[in-house]
Amino acid sequence: MSAMSPAKKVFKDGLWTNTPIFVQVLGICSTLAVTNNLRNTLIMVLGVTFATAMGNLTLSLIKDFMPRKVRMIITVLIHSFYVIIIDILLRAYAPAISKQLGPYVGLIITNCILMGRAEAFAMSNKPWLSFLDGLANGLGYGWVLVSLALIREFFGFGSVLGFKVVGENFTPWTIMVMAPSAFFLVALALWAVNTYKAKAEAAKKGAK
Amino acid sequence: MNAPSVGLLPLFLASILTSNILLANFLGTCSFISISKDFKSSMGLGIAVTMVIGLCSAICWAVLNYLIKPLGIEYLSFIIFIIVIAGVVQMLEMIIDRFSPSLYMALGIFLPLITVNCAVLGVILFMQIRSYNFLQAVVFGFGSGAGWWLAIMLLASIRTKLDKNTAIPAGLKGTGITLVTIGFMAMAFIGFSGMIAVQ
Repeated sequence: MSAMSPAKKVFKDGLWTNTPIFVQVLGICSTLAVTNNLRNTLIMVLGVTFATAMGNLTLSLIKDFMPRKVRMIITVLIHSFYVIIIDILLRAYAPAISKQLGPYVGLIITNCILMGRAEAFAMSNKPWLSFLDGLANGLGYGWVLVSLALIREFFGFGSVLGFKVVGENFTPWTIMVMAPSAFFLVALALWAVNTYKAKAEAAKKGAK
Repeated sequence: MNAPSVGLLPLFLASILTSNILLANFLGTCSFISISKDFKSSMGLGIAVTMVIGLCSAICWAVLNYLIKPLGIEYLSFIIFIIVIAGVVQMLEMIIDRFSPSLYMALGIFLPLITVNCAVLGVILFMQIRSYNFLQAVVFGFGSGAGWWLAIMLLASIRTKLDKNTAIPAGLKGTGITLVTIGFMAMAFIGFSGMIAVQ
């Protein structure tokens, strides 16, 4: 591991070793809420990645001037600033999507990934690395969300990105677009990832 | 936009049961999963969240209608709501500390964490989007809080039994099995949806 440059390590952590959703169990709320439709999910992922990366960068730049006591509220305010930018852009260029996502755009502010990364990483690292960490965590969150959305939209509506991909005879699995399936799918994915990791670990130990 | 014509009682019941803030809208899941390990903490957090959501939705309604809308600064509403929430949480913390130290000790670290609980901001944003009137906003706020409280109490009671179960596969332990449980709870709550449908 020591051979890896810090930037690479940050990316590996964000995307796999320490993915926000599976390992840190952060940001579950929006994971579940927006993943019944791939297009909305992509927008959401872009938004979260942007806000996490920029939030981390900003916080890391100003962390030395910030009194410890008020850091929580300052963190939240910085995040709201970036989320407002996202919200305005969405309203201007994609009003339909903005309407569908409803409160979930605003809720990026309280997505635990943002706060979690700010506290755990940006507070103690250099700006550039923090920016990369935000990016990596956003993308780590993203691939999980996109895969979930693919499954849910395919089975729930028989479509991908809004295009019908199966024949007329296909009966949509309504449960897939409803709330419970999101919980089940995340649990199944978590199970698979954990089992795989445990096996990899065991193999490593056996090799030694 | 005019307020939707929804009776207060149906709205209250709907926000607890049919459109439960947690099981139908997935808000506040993070703290829900981590805290529900422990029955007592769940109780404390449930009470705190209910109070904060109720108070915040009342205050934010006033701020929205008497400050944000007349001034035309809707684009700043996220920041203003967050400041209100943080302020209410801080204030509650001080009041509880002053008048009931034992409750303060019980709630402990959970109070400050509520600021970043997405259920609070979520309820306020829903209230803004659905343009409720004042009474509806208050009822919706307290109802959603109560719904969250109910959900976390249910899950905590299930988990006190479930976490001792040794038949669960290793990879599914902890968060995994909790998610499955929440999934079943969500399914059970869908059963209520025939009763009242309020958007």
